[in-house]
Amino acid sequence: MTPHELSSAVSVLRPRLLRFARLQLRDASSAEDAVQEALLAATLHAGQFQGASAAATWVFAILKNKIIDEFRRRSRQPQGDADSGQEQEFAEALEEQFDERGHWISHPTPWTDPQASLEQKRFWEVFEVCIGGLPEKPARVFGMRELLGMETAEICKELGLSTSNCWVLLHRARLGLRDCLSRRWFGET
Amino acid sequence: MLSCREETELMSQRFERPLSFGERFGLRVHLLFCKGCRATLRHFMFLQTATRAWREHHDQDSTHR
Repeated sequence: MTPHELSSAVSVLRPRLLRFARLQLRDASSAEDAVQEALLAATLHAGQFQGASAAATWVFAILKNKIIDEFRRRSRQPQGDADSGQEQEFAEALEEQFDERGHWISHPTPWTDPQASLEQKRFWEVFEVCIGGLPEKPARVFGMRELLGMETAEICKELGLSTSNCWVLLHRARLGLRDCLSRRWFGET
Repeated sequence: MLSCREETELMSQRFERPLSFGERFGLRVHLLFCKGCRATLRHFMFLQTATRAWREHHDQDSTHR
């Protein structure tokens, strides 16, 4: 591809790339940076792509790496008081779903036709709100696991977490998302 | 027998590692008697389906399939 062909091919991708990065990085400017870097890297390699599809695959792979780099960088920074406070509160709220013997205080109930939700635009807005509502650490681990599709062992290694710590964070993310979707979408009380 | 809270940990780890025979057996028995945990397991499974669908939609695969 010529650089010109490439730039028109990737400009179509840009909104999608941004949305992908934004949900995971949770801040518009780092998402913008990651996308910008991925696109720049692609322009430098324009000559080696056979078509738009190959270029897209390549740009997404680069973007994923940029996101992981950013996660790695963030995981090395000491957690701020506000973040650790939010995480603490979140963990406590999840615990409050159970009584002192560890049984549900109010039983979760089945969701009505969840598959049908996947076709609804509004569902995806709620889904993104719920992921955005998780505290930084559980959101990061869950995002790497389920949105980037990485193996748990790889995630723990990248973030310098013990396996059991990773599991705890994933468990909290799942309980939190379950609760959020129940309340905000499936109308569980 | 494990509590619901502990069973939800196993239900989550089920996506990360193979559970042992004892864990699977205990979970199965627990699920027979616990509506809340049965619903929760389905919810966890749906979360995985939904995140995969999200990923495929935003990933390159769907654009040029």
